[in-house]
Amino acid sequence: MHSFDIIVVGGGHAGCEAAAVAARMGARVALVSFDLATIGAMSCNPAIGGLGKGHLVREVDAFDGLIGRAADAAAIHYRMLNRSKGSAVQGPRVQADRTLFRAAIQRMLGQQGDLTLIAGEAAELVLEGGHVAGLDLADGTRLRAQALILCTGTFLGGTLFRGEERLTGGRIGEDAANRMAQQLRSAGLPMARLKTGTPPRLDGRTIDWAALAEQPSDAEPWTMSALTGARCNPQLACAITRTNARSHDVIRANLHRSPLLSGAIDARGPRYCPSIEDKIHRFGDRDGHQVFLEPEGLGTHLVYPNGISTSLPGDVQAAMIRTMAGLERAEIAVPGYAVEYDHIDPRALRPTLELRAIPGLYCAGQINGTTGYEEAAAQGLVGGMHAAASVLGVAPAPLDRANSYIAVMVDDLTLQGVSEPYRMLTARAEYRLRLRANNAGTRLTSLAIAAGAVGRDRAEWFVRRSDRRAELDAELDRPIGAAELADAGVAVRRDSGRLSAGEWLRFNSVDLAALRPWLSDAWKTDADLSEEVVEDAVYAPYVARQEAELRTLRASEGMALAESFAFSAVPGLSNEMIERLSAARPSSLAAAGRVPGITPAALSALLVHARRIAA
Amino acid sequence: MYDTIFALSSGAPPAAIAVIRISGPRAGAALRSLVRTLPPPRSPKVRTLRGEDGGVLDRALVLWLPGQGNATGEDSAEIHAHGGRAVVAAILAALAAVPGLRQAEPGEFTRRAFANGRIDLAEAEGLADLLAAETELQRSAAAAMAGGAFSRTVEEWRAQLLAISAHVETALDFSDDDDTGQGAEAISAAISGLREALELQLVRPAAETLREGIRVVLAGPPNTGKSTLFNVLVENEAAITAPEAGTTRDVLMRPIALDGVPFTVFDTAGLRMGSTDAIERIGIERAGQAVAAADIVLWLGEEGAGPPGAWEIAPKSDRLGSTKQAHRHAVSAKTGAGLDALRGDLVATARTMLPRPGEAALGQRQRGLLRDAARALGEGASMIDPLLVAEALRRARVAFDGLLGRTTTEDMLDTLFGRFCIGK
Repeated sequence: MHSFDIIVVGGGHAGCEAAAVAARMGARVALVSFDLATIGAMSCNPAIGGLGKGHLVREVDAFDGLIGRAADAAAIHYRMLNRSKGSAVQGPRVQADRTLFRAAIQRMLGQQGDLTLIAGEAAELVLEGGHVAGLDLADGTRLRAQALILCTGTFLGGTLFRGEERLTGGRIGEDAANRMAQQLRSAGLPMARLKTGTPPRLDGRTIDWAALAEQPSDAEPWTMSALTGARCNPQLACAITRTNARSHDVIRANLHRSPLLSGAIDARGPRYCPSIEDKIHRFGDRDGHQVFLEPEGLGTHLVYPNGISTSLPGDVQAAMIRTMAGLERAEIAVPGYAVEYDHIDPRALRPTLELRAIPGLYCAGQINGTTGYEEAAAQGLVGGMHAAASVLGVAPAPLDRANSYIAVMVDDLTLQGVSEPYRMLTARAEYRLRLRANNAGTRLTSLAIAAGAVGRDRAEWFVRRSDRRAELDAELDRPIGAAELADAGVAVRRDSGRLSAGEWLRFNSVDLAALRPWLSDAWKTDADLSEEVVEDAVYAPYVARQEAELRTLRASEGMALAESFAFSAVPGLSNEMIERLSAARPSSLAAAGRVPGITPAALSALLVHARRIAA
Repeated sequence: MYDTIFALSSGAPPAAIAVIRISGPRAGAALRSLVRTLPPPRSPKVRTLRGEDGGVLDRALVLWLPGQGNATGEDSAEIHAHGGRAVVAAILAALAAVPGLRQAEPGEFTRRAFANGRIDLAEAEGLADLLAAETELQRSAAAAMAGGAFSRTVEEWRAQLLAISAHVETALDFSDDDDTGQGAEAISAAISGLREALELQLVRPAAETLREGIRVVLAGPPNTGKSTLFNVLVENEAAITAPEAGTTRDVLMRPIALDGVPFTVFDTAGLRMGSTDAIERIGIERAGQAVAAADIVLWLGEEGAGPPGAWEIAPKSDRLGSTKQAHRHAVSAKTGAGLDALRGDLVATARTMLPRPGEAALGQRQRGLLRDAARALGEGASMIDPLLVAEALRRARVAFDGLLGRTTTEDMLDTLFGRFCIGK
């Protein structure tokens, strides 16, 4: 049986989420991968989550996705970043055991619905009348489907760099999908190159852990997924060391041997994840950089030294490592390297992640110029959901910049394109006071249920949770007099009048504990939920203030620009504006306003012309 | 489809020359209806203008400006006619009779230039004031805005705001890194500093003041010589003067320019209490309103009886028995004595109230956005939660985006990555 609704190419984070959500929605799905054993592999740092990224994990989880649950199944270290700061920017992050993570993903893929795993090399797209009709494998097998989702990561035209060495392939030891790359190039798709890198892996048995500051796993029992009941693995500690003047001397003396600085790699790398040689080169005045030593798993001695991604030659890497405290005798198990790879200019995509030029062909993950497991997983979810919605004739969940980081990312990618590997940052979200990691379920699960993307367990959980939440909300509506509070020893002015419990929470001197006498025990039993409800109350005035801005946004989102809209026919638009708009093809006036470099004059010309066409 | 619009673009007639502009797809047809054959593009020609009935309206210089390269970015024409009221009225009536043409609304030529991408938002607002400018001072302030002086100032503030935002966002998005940026107190101080710069701009005069001129109101009891002084100040016989008390029954106003500084001079009804004449009472009421809205009041009445801050003027200084002990100016409309000193004082005082030549003045919308930014910064400086500080800074950035018509998130990230060594 070689006929499916949807074929997903690639078994990384994007591919797995794409295949899983499409199957949950009821589509017949095939997932094609070189090697079924590598499905769910983490190719770089074995950590999931972080600032901005943790939000994406929770949002994918709110759609009943895999990444949050797999992260919990594999977690050997939990850390809530920014715990001291506002919860809207707190980032849940776990260190995951690679083997356990992969096993969890592979187990869950078997439970998502009609999902077939096929081992093989995706060689060529089958097109009929310009529309996707299937996929030819390298062994000659033809698979048929109405939609295909490319989640090929760095496999397209990848080249590895380590000092003077060059290797072809996406990851060490695997072939690049060069035939597919050629096909996409010849279809005239806008392609470009980016680079990224990875640090050397160390043998943990050769690290002097006792000499280093320890970073233990969080004691608070939070989890990545709302459905995970409790943590299941023994927790390991990470450690912190630093580069120093001697490390920098070693690097400086060998900068000319780094392909990044010798000019061998000219693609743009991520500014927020620079290689150690880049850090030394650009910020030479700093006397040291932090390095986090992160264990890769329970059953391995490998340690990931986070902060020193590098493409220096192996001998230089070894010398640099041994200049650092605790690493004086450390052995490198696998040297670090840089990888340069092809990606598609994501402005060629619709907001559904379907290529405008090839209907039925969707792209998700690193192929769209992003970096990170979480970014990939979130795009897999978007591509898979839209492909399934299109094939099955159902409505996808309406995501926009005001309800999800997922939509912020897709909007940024498809309108602005990328000049470096795109990573999620909370600063990218205008409405981040409402987009918190801990309210992802409240924001999105009902939308996901309506789109049919959620399994029964999650749906039942959501109903129970909504009921409990309504009870807590009702308690916060109850008025409490200032004198009552003051009598209970809370630092408020006695003449402040009667306010609701929720309003009192906005005072710096009032927290949940202070209100305990007025609240039921329900607040104690569910810490996560009560935290979310309290934060909603605290941020409510600021969220309300954004409403006006949002109304304007949604009004101009309503001014649609058809896909055939001829920007070159708009009177008064400069050639530069026409070029920028034609590349990004914004689907609404609001989206046009987010295309970089678009002036208000151009926007009003667009508005006038769009109205004239509509009239 | 755009309408084709026309308007008298020069000042109110009578004047030596009246310039009438036409803009829009039917500009060529409209000009042809007046001159029969169009002159070659972009070359001024003298043509006879004729009405619908063939009657001669005027002989005038006409310009045909086809294409998108014009100020408004669409087909345009100009007629430089003789500036008599009747001539101008006849030409405007003839244009109004052309199908598809209508009188332009105020500022509509500028809006077209903006909509057609010929100018940006800040330039558009400056240009609107330029068109309304009647004096040299107004022209140079408007030119400063259209030429980007204001935009440059805002760009500087914007750079400061981006740097502060970068510090806050580093702490939020990269808390694990040890290149942590500034502490909360330094950030709060930087926010307050920027806010003060905005507040300073906000206390400067608005573009509206500049456009309307400094309001000088002549006030005092009946028959103290207000209208006589008004007439010599505005240098014609605008107000009726008569020795009978209570002649000026309404407020007369006239815009004038002294040394390039714009003024609007108001002559008011004598503030005579207990008048039984209904019309005169209305005049007195209006006089009170004019005094209340005045920038400078010239008080010609009894010493010390004028409104607070009024200038004591001793009028009719040519006569004996002028009574004021301490007057700012003693003048005689009859002999001209003291008038130059009064004019000089008005100009010197007005200059302190108006932007300096070349300094941009802000319009209502721009002041509103600056005020939004200043308010957001004021809140941000006092916040503890770094997330709310960041939200306040974001609101300030939105206001700046509105001023300059640009977006700042990506620029903030550029600042952030350029300044901090970030990332693992």
